[in-house]
Amino acid sequence: MSVLIDKFDVFASGFWLTLQICFLAAIGALILGSVVAVLRISPVPPLRAVGTAYVNIFRNLPLTIVMFFAAFGLPALGSNADFLRIPGLDIVFSRLGTDLPYFRFGLIALTLYTAAFVCEALRSGVNAVPAGQAEAARSLGLTFTQNLRYVVLPQSWAASVVPLGSVIIAMIKNSALIGFFGVVGDLSATADQLTSAGGEPFIPVAIGISIGYLIMTVPLGMLLDRIEQRQAVAR
Amino acid sequence: MTQQSSVLYDVPGPRQRRITLFSSVAALIGLLVGAYFLIYRPLDETGQLSMELWGPLIDPGNENFALVWERLGVGIKNTLIAAALAIVTSLVVGTLLAVLRIQLKGLAQRRYAGFAAPLAYLLRGLNRTLSIVTRFCVEVFRGLPVVITIFFVARGFPEFGITFDNLWYLVIGLTIYNSVVIAEILRSGMQGLAGGQAEAAAAIGLAPLQTTRMILLPQAFRIMLPALISQLVVVLKDTSLGFIISYEETLNIGKQIIGVLDNPIQVYTVLAVLFIAVNYSLSKLAQAVQNRLSRGRRTANTPAPQLPPAALTSQAEGAGGT
Repeated sequence: MSVLIDKFDVFASGFWLTLQICFLAAIGALILGSVVAVLRISPVPPLRAVGTAYVNIFRNLPLTIVMFFAAFGLPALGSNADFLRIPGLDIVFSRLGTDLPYFRFGLIALTLYTAAFVCEALRSGVNAVPAGQAEAARSLGLTFTQNLRYVVLPQSWAASVVPLGSVIIAMIKNSALIGFFGVVGDLSATADQLTSAGGEPFIPVAIGISIGYLIMTVPLGMLLDRIEQRQAVAR
Repeated sequence: MTQQSSVLYDVPGPRQRRITLFSSVAALIGLLVGAYFLIYRPLDETGQLSMELWGPLIDPGNENFALVWERLGVGIKNTLIAAALAIVTSLVVGTLLAVLRIQLKGLAQRRYAGFAAPLAYLLRGLNRTLSIVTRFCVEVFRGLPVVITIFFVARGFPEFGITFDNLWYLVIGLTIYNSVVIAEILRSGMQGLAGGQAEAAAAIGLAPLQTTRMILLPQAFRIMLPALISQLVVVLKDTSLGFIISYEETLNIGKQIIGVLDNPIQVYTVLAVLFIAVNYSLSKLAQAVQNRLSRGRRTANTPAPQLPPAALTSQAEGAGGT
């Protein structure tokens, strides 16, 4: 068990890196997912088609393939994902600015993949708003944008929170894959490195890594359960 | 008259439709120009579109074509084997776990009044321990990433001197995670049933286990079928994680091919198309089942079906792992 104490800094830095990935990817996925969700419910058929295609493609691909595409496709397009070296941000998230692009590639893959699920969560919230609300708004003469902004979205938010939360939990778990794609130092890469190269005993390392992930996922899951129960009562 | 597809906006009139048509043609042209300069040109310059790289995958005349597809066939077969085994085992284990947890919850109120006091306490203690243990397992394995579970299984079992084929590590890892998820889906399906079901079963003299087996479980399966099918899509997608323990599934074979032919983008494109085709049809199946279920219920003049809570279905989809 001493490895847990001796190598605490390794575990802690792995946890911190995983947390960074999750934070950045969550923000990216929420933004991109909202855009795709708006596309999917928009009145313009071609935009709807684009949104639907996006969701169908990314929801049905294994994240592994998306990651491979990011890692092989972007360099072939001549991009090192340098646009993610955002000044200011890369002070806090130091990995954004490194010369090895794998952190950025992994981030892009995770964001693209999660955005499809975020879109579906948001859309399920919009669908949960009773049809009469939107109909009433339309009969008042509100346009599509006004309808969404003043009537539908404020109400859909409550119904979207729980699905969105489960998407984020899934994303935290999916972020473990990044460690197997050449991003050194996150929790899952730490597990590999400590047990195979470091020759540390397996069980303590497994416990340490598990705790690292469970700290992130379990409380969030419990929070969601509570929100869901409260909503069930409120209805 | 086309059917109104959304309540959010009016069906566009002729003028709006013309505007849409023109602007989307313009946007399409813009996109094509952009794609040409940003995607086609760089790819062409680095020779990614050459027949040398694509040939082995799409040209039957190519010398490597037969070999490549034979290998891919092996990979697809292995993926399907792993997925089928994982699906069956996780359905079985998940159902058992769900039944166990429901039973334990039912027994929690029992005081074992007919037994001697020490025995009664022992039984209650046992009951309590078991339900804490199962709850703990569910929380832990639901909260761990599947990759990590598979990795731990593949690394951990040999530590204890238990060695299997790589296939079984993958199947066990997937089963641990998915059976827990399936158990939760089924459990919430059983708890979501109207209370009268269990009461009526008790009234006609069924034992608790019989009630679960004959009354609750079949209905829960029925209600949760869409969520279960999307979980199966997740299992199929997750078999691609076998590459971390070098199980020879589709992606791993793809990697081997890339090692020889050096055409990553092409191979992954083909694999992506394969995965999308299979998973898309499975999701369509889930949708069809859901429609079918809700229609069947409604015509029978019974209350509207209780669809699985949004969180669960989206979790099943989102958990999606990889």
